[in-house]
Amino acid sequence: MITAPFDYEAPESVDEAVRMLHENGEDAKLLAGGHSLLPLMKMRLAAPTVLVDLRKVPGLHGIREENGGFHIGPMTRHADLQDATELGVVARAASEIADQQVRNRGTIGGSLAHGDPASDLPTVLLVTEGSVTARGSNGERAIAAADLFQDYLTTSLAHDEVITGVQLPSLQGYGFGYRKFTRRAEDWAMVGVCALVSRAPDGTCDDVRIGLTHMGATPLRATAAEDALRGSSLDDAAIAGAAEHAADGTDPPGDLNATPDYKRHLARVLTRRALEEAVSV
Amino acid sequence: MSTTVHVDVTVNGERREADVEARLLLVHWLRDQLGLTGTHVGCDTTNCGACTVHLNGEAVKSCTLLTAQADGGEVTTIEGLSGGDGLHPVQAAFMDKHGLQCGFCTPGMIMAAADLLARNPNPSDEEIRHGLEGNLCRCTGYHNIVEAVKSAAGQGVSA
Amino acid sequence: MTASVGTPLRRKEDPRMITGRGRYTEDINLPGALHAMIVRSPEAHAAITSIDTSAALERDGVVAVLTGEDMASDFAGPLPMVWAPPGVEIKTPEHWPLKRGQVKHVGDPVAVVVATTRHGAVDAAEDVIVEYDPRPAVVDPEAALEAGSPLVWDEFGTNKTHEWAIGGGDIDAGLAEGEVTVEHRFVNHRTSGAPIEPRCSIGEVRGDKLTLYSTTQIPHIARFVFSGMLGIPEDQLRVIAPDVGGGFGAKLQTYGEEALVLALAKRLGRPVKWVETRSEHMTTSHHGRDQINYVTLAAKRDGTITGLKVRIVADLGAYQQLLTPFIPELGFPVMGGCYRIPNIDLHFTGVFTNKMATDAIRGAGRPEATYWIELMMDRLADELGMDRLELRRKNFIPSGEFPFETALGIVYDSGNYEGTLDKLLEHFDVDEFRSEQERLRGEGVLRGVGFSTWVEVCGLAPSRAVGPQGVGLQAAFWESANVRVTPTGSAIVYTGTSPHGQGLDTSFAQIAGDILGIDPANVDVHHGDTDQGTWGWDTYGSRSLAVGGEAIVRAAQRVQDKAKRICAAMLEAAPEDIELTDGKYQVRGSPDRSMTMAEISGAAHIPPNELPADIEPGLEESAFYDPENFVFPFGAHACVVEVDAETGKVKVVRYVAVDDCGPAINPMLIDGQVHGGVVHAIGQALYEQVVYDEDGQLVTGTFVDYALPTAAEIPPIESDRTETPSPVNTLGVKGIGEAGTIAATPAVAAAVLDALRPLGVTELDMPMTPMRVWQAIQAAGNGGRPSAGPRDTEQGRSLDEQGKGSAGSGPAVPPEGGAA
Repeated sequence: MITAPFDYEAPESVDEAVRMLHENGEDAKLLAGGHSLLPLMKMRLAAPTVLVDLRKVPGLHGIREENGGFHIGPMTRHADLQDATELGVVARAASEIADQQVRNRGTIGGSLAHGDPASDLPTVLLVTEGSVTARGSNGERAIAAADLFQDYLTTSLAHDEVITGVQLPSLQGYGFGYRKFTRRAEDWAMVGVCALVSRAPDGTCDDVRIGLTHMGATPLRATAAEDALRGSSLDDAAIAGAAEHAADGTDPPGDLNATPDYKRHLARVLTRRALEEAVSV
Repeated sequence: MSTTVHVDVTVNGERREADVEARLLLVHWLRDQLGLTGTHVGCDTTNCGACTVHLNGEAVKSCTLLTAQADGGEVTTIEGLSGGDGLHPVQAAFMDKHGLQCGFCTPGMIMAAADLLARNPNPSDEEIRHGLEGNLCRCTGYHNIVEAVKSAAGQGVSA
Repeated sequence: MTASVGTPLRRKEDPRMITGRGRYTEDINLPGALHAMIVRSPEAHAAITSIDTSAALERDGVVAVLTGEDMASDFAGPLPMVWAPPGVEIKTPEHWPLKRGQVKHVGDPVAVVVATTRHGAVDAAEDVIVEYDPRPAVVDPEAALEAGSPLVWDEFGTNKTHEWAIGGGDIDAGLAEGEVTVEHRFVNHRTSGAPIEPRCSIGEVRGDKLTLYSTTQIPHIARFVFSGMLGIPEDQLRVIAPDVGGGFGAKLQTYGEEALVLALAKRLGRPVKWVETRSEHMTTSHHGRDQINYVTLAAKRDGTITGLKVRIVADLGAYQQLLTPFIPELGFPVMGGCYRIPNIDLHFTGVFTNKMATDAIRGAGRPEATYWIELMMDRLADELGMDRLELRRKNFIPSGEFPFETALGIVYDSGNYEGTLDKLLEHFDVDEFRSEQERLRGEGVLRGVGFSTWVEVCGLAPSRAVGPQGVGLQAAFWESANVRVTPTGSAIVYTGTSPHGQGLDTSFAQIAGDILGIDPANVDVHHGDTDQGTWGWDTYGSRSLAVGGEAIVRAAQRVQDKAKRICAAMLEAAPEDIELTDGKYQVRGSPDRSMTMAEISGAAHIPPNELPADIEPGLEESAFYDPENFVFPFGAHACVVEVDAETGKVKVVRYVAVDDCGPAINPMLIDGQVHGGVVHAIGQALYEQVVYDEDGQLVTGTFVDYALPTAAEIPPIESDRTETPSPVNTLGVKGIGEAGTIAATPAVAAAVLDALRPLGVTELDMPMTPMRVWQAIQAAGNGGRPSAGPRDTEQGRSLDEQGKGSAGSGPAVPPEGGAA
């Protein structure tokens, strides 16, 4: 399949990229790894008239420690994340994205900006309570993950804003579990659950965060399940009890592979399993 | 601002420069303009992996990459994998273990397998099967492909 | 030189393919070629009210934009359907490469754009504006048969295409004799062949001669058909099938796009190339299966089967393609399985729906049959309280009774069904599995085993049985070969078959090499070009070895006979005293008096002395072979699955296949065919389904939604063989290309049901997706049937799914995971 024609630009700075996006309006799109945008363009489900490729912009790659957590450059590829085991659940989730060829090209910034509720990394950023830094024509700002994902394939990024960094807070003391349910290994999540759990000195649950993939128009937090577990024991019964609330209040989209009911069921099962994994490490 | 882009890419060790349409996918440049037809197209959705080549030493799906994105890079296709007259060990193993039938997925499968072994020289069966999850084959049922990759990795191969 | 036949010779095809030097149709770029893109209907059923091509024509590089009306005079006749069963009328609408008036399914072609570049053709196709007046679509084949259903074709006044029936014995008596009767409805859902190479066709004109390069399994049939469609003599059309990237039946077709590129090349005087996208493949390369089977099986208390009655409703889609209405019936010769069943009654009803046509996909009629035969044997065993394998053994046709004539008058050539089952059980210890299964159940792990003792009919075919004088195909199914030895002792073998991945360049070289006394490395096998070699009937129906291979045997034997006569003349011996030993033609009892084939062929081409008057120069012979019967491969398979009862996800954890296709020519190739065939069936049983929604919109239009399994879903396939020769051909061989696909779906399905037995699940339709399995578990727990569940989708569409227990619609997510 062949995309519609477009103008192509490869600026050498973020400011230049912002300017190009700004000048060309809504029809201009940013290109990072291209593994979300190009498939849509090949099917002619998207037809931007200008592509602004970030490949020549320096300083957007790599992982470094920062404020006890990590700063991840937006052009850092899933393949780099999957090898960075110090990133914990981020590395784990990245290793389960699509296939190795896709991971060799897809980037964290692109994934977050695309805002696909079926993708792995938006949920992980939400659960880790990370944020992105974005620069646009009105300067730079930080956007918390909870504010980033607005609707299906829609984020709070302005069309001329470029993600310049991804901030991952320290997750010291948290165990994690990640459960992605697919029909085939290379598929998107039918439902995915990312769980973080920390223990109080007495062994009870000090904090718990549960994120749901593909359970709504955006990645979601399973707050009812979190509330049920926070402060309680972390034995099997408590976890199972909390997991029963994982789908509370959700209205997941049905599709070829899963009805909303089935998705809610999967969310409960996978939440229990992710929590069990999180407390086992 | 232009719908054409100048690219300078080293393909199978040879420097190639061209002005290409911005929307030209790498796979179409390789196949239609450089005549490297060993790289195939089997789907529209980045699923099948028949178009897998190496970009800067790593496997990528050349149907989901603009030629422009490869500018300044090094591309290796199935035609250049061995780097000479002989066969790359993965190519030889595919023949020896009957890891191909119609041969259409084979170039992409071999390129993906070579990348897999570069990342993990001694993969388990499970790691091989997951490592090739981005490449579809309809003929072999994958059995002999896995045997070929094991063989190329210098592992014991069951009968 | 030792015999090559029987050894796992490495493939002659491989060196070019592993180095990227295969030559597939899309790799061919002819000078001056134009590119065609087809404008297709987004509607399932509609009248075309207008087509505006003006904007497309204005684009740079656009050479032509043509509609069905524009091209009406380019074709002398429509696309053919070739089954004319005596005494039965099959409703067959006119089927043109571009539609006029109405469209009947999503993807129906309405116009073609031809431009100087492919990019330009794709762009211009977007500019063709077609207006439609939608009509009601009918999607469910049983609903289509009901009074008042919307009609796919008004002119027929019904959606029923035809009925066909066959039987043997006395079915009423057989059912009455039964002390136990089981009945069940099975769904063999719609699938796609999905070779990894999409289709591609190139039409070329030079002088008054046309050439079609195409991804086809059937170049000879294609020439026959398309010369007729274009109204030109057959000598003016050459069809070339280059390397073909898998077929699986999807390329056993004469497609409108092939006729179109020829007509366009003729019209425009330049080569025209069309490349199918995967989305087009899913939409408009023919589909397979799509049957509903109502089966009644009766037996005495001791397990002796007394009668089998089957009613089949086959969803044929909107048009009759080459073999569309015949595919369900193609399975009939083995619809009694490998069992002695004295009374059989089969009835088939074909139905039009607003979907792509169905036709042959790997197995074609036989996988559907094996599925219900084997699952009915399980149901009968359960009803009788008998062990499932014991019931099979009790009813097996005994190995001493072959050739065996079934109630349907079909003669099974040879078999040893006990033998393959015994060998399977050497690899698979049932008692050990059952105790492991029990232990794992205690840990909450659900494992199950399923068995399939299968037989199929292949080696198409005796022309008298399937041709005009038989079931009524307007074709014959003999095969041909030409074997030529060059002056320096290499051999060129031309076969009328058209292999596309099976490895026949290698196995045919082994066969010919052994007979000729030439190393197979120096035997070059040619096929896929109607301007070379003999006329043939191409490759499908697991026929190439059993029919085409036997033709090679005969031609090679004739060459050997002549070589012996030349050798005898040269060595001044009697021809009957020349024997071929270790690659040398020698005088019996005098090993020092011998010639190599190179020496003999040298003498045949450049005689050092005058050859006897009764020996013509040269060394080349042809043979044509029409088999006397089909061949009937068979085997016994076991599948073990594990089911996650909480999520419904099924994983195949072990698969063991013991098959018998007669003596092995190349055991490596047989194993490869079995592996691929079994995994094709695992795909069908667990992953793959072509889904249309209730409006006739295709939901599974890409490889995102049509889920071919990857390596990560598939276990190693354990394979072994027994060798029971067929008396039909001198090699004793039977086909193996479709066997795995025919055998494996019931084994997988039975394994899932076995795993779920503790939960009370007794029925489940393929594909056994996680949601379907989960719904079945829920329903069993509720004591009811599987519920379809809510049907809302993101797009707000609802789904009329085939079969029970599945639901959903619409691509929920854009293509491919990952990030930008």
